[in-house]
Amino acid sequence: MSGAVSSAAAASGGAASVIAASNPLYRSRRRVNFFLLAVSSLALAFGLFWLAWILGTLLYEGGNALARAALYYQMTPPPGGDGGLANAIAGSLIMVTVGTLVGTPVGILAGTYLAEFGRKGWLAGATRFLNDILLSAPSIVIGLFVYSVYVAKVGHFSAWAGSFALALLVVPVVVRTTDDMLRLVPNSLREAAMALGCPVWKMITFVTYRAARTGIVTGILLAVARISGETAPLLFTSLNNQFWSANMNAPMANLPVVIFQFAMSPYEDWHRLAWGGAALITLAVLVLNILARALFRKTN
Amino acid sequence: MDTTVATRLDRPTIQTVVRGAQDAYQAPALKDLKLKLQIRQLNFYYGGFRALRDINMDVPERKVTAFIGPSGCGKSTLLRTFNRMYSLYPEQRAEGEILMGGENLLTTREDVSLIRAKIGMVFQKPTPFPMSIYDNIAFGVRLFERMGKRDMDERVEWALTRAALWKEVRDKLGQSGQSLSGGQQQRLCIARGIAIKPEVLLLDEPCSALDPLSTAKVEELISELKTDYTVVIVTHNMQQAARVSDFTAYMYLGELIEYDATDTIFVKPKKQETEDYITGRFG
Repeated sequence: MSGAVSSAAAASGGAASVIAASNPLYRSRRRVNFFLLAVSSLALAFGLFWLAWILGTLLYEGGNALARAALYYQMTPPPGGDGGLANAIAGSLIMVTVGTLVGTPVGILAGTYLAEFGRKGWLAGATRFLNDILLSAPSIVIGLFVYSVYVAKVGHFSAWAGSFALALLVVPVVVRTTDDMLRLVPNSLREAAMALGCPVWKMITFVTYRAARTGIVTGILLAVARISGETAPLLFTSLNNQFWSANMNAPMANLPVVIFQFAMSPYEDWHRLAWGGAALITLAVLVLNILARALFRKTN
Repeated sequence: MDTTVATRLDRPTIQTVVRGAQDAYQAPALKDLKLKLQIRQLNFYYGGFRALRDINMDVPERKVTAFIGPSGCGKSTLLRTFNRMYSLYPEQRAEGEILMGGENLLTTREDVSLIRAKIGMVFQKPTPFPMSIYDNIAFGVRLFERMGKRDMDERVEWALTRAALWKEVRDKLGQSGQSLSGGQQQRLCIARGIAIKPEVLLLDEPCSALDPLSTAKVEELISELKTDYTVVIVTHNMQQAARVSDFTAYMYLGELIEYDATDTIFVKPKKQETEDYITGRFG
């Protein structure tokens, strides 16, 4: 080894050292670095520009509607009348909650199976593949599916159907994130738990779930954020309701469909309410995310 | 219990098969000692790859036994057969006998969780659980014992004291175990291992991720632990083996080359291969 070092020293001996700012390899690397940094920064600016525009428009157009208290306690009005979105807000809250409550356990358990039990079997492979298809399926397909298997059979639209459609959207997102996050937990942690004589179910609930907790909850939040704005599946399932209704077996108002209906209408007041609803959904998802992050920072 | 072991050892199959390797485990220095683990004709396979070849050795009770050898020689694999860690992975399998109290650990009907509780293990990388320091210790204890808060407090303090960590963490037992430094984490893992009062403690290169000061602490700890536990340690560091162990086994390519009292192995090994490795001419 010492021989190699001395011969290298001899090779660079007389001439100037190659390690210098004028080195062409070094300079071309610097150029490439500069170029790629500039391109990535531009891409970032491009993305942020549209995002800021969307948020800005939303707040500008919807801000006034949000500030009116009537938005939160009056029902959706007929054209030309004064009103709010109370029934739609309540309907959205109910259906998103039920959809999340139904879809999350299924998703977490399925993700747990994939990551902890069926890592290599054909069943896990097939499930992962199908889940990925479900994950990218257009939500209108889910809506039509629930329409054909439930709404068409019972003969009327209902909040149950809407919740069920939303749950179907939650499942693949939660399955995927749970699976991914659990697989990030190092095997050494599992072995350490097993080495204490721990049964598998305890190892999963007390060690790997804890280690993956933040990621799993982020996945659930992503799912909530996604279904909060879904219009297509609700259009075919829960439809809409002009009045206050807490009956899960009847059509129920919800923000996305109301926004869709009001925004497409020719009426000025309806437009304002649609902007208000859109801003409301966006802010609600934002607040939910911030709250969850803050909570987790505290517990960790 | 010991008589069953004796009769098993007298079985002709083992006697005849093992003859060639007998000197490997019947090291003279082991003669008067009580044995904790007896390994007979142990073979281990990762799928089709045979990682251990006809291992025969006796591990004495309340002593420190070290496994040394170059990377890939099978020393960690051998350690992981003692608590059946390998059975977490379907493609890995072991054949032969590992006798503890007359029972073959590889084929026993006893639940593998109980074996693992009796034979604790500490890994190369510190693996604190994502919970508080206190719960890291209490988690394992609660698996097999129901006890009140006061008893548990005592047990946690006892384990942390034995692991030479109590003074450093007594005021922050509620903090996450993962907030500790690497050396502290490893001592936490040792504390976790001894808190459930196992009979054997397996240490798989416990110091390879630690700085010299923490290493010294852990080594000191190992010497103290042998008053109560049978300790088996895998190490890359020959000085460490020489410092902490009473018996040393040198392994190479899945075979047990030589096994004897540590002094003998390091001062006057019988085999040329062992001497080459010890003196650094090979490995």
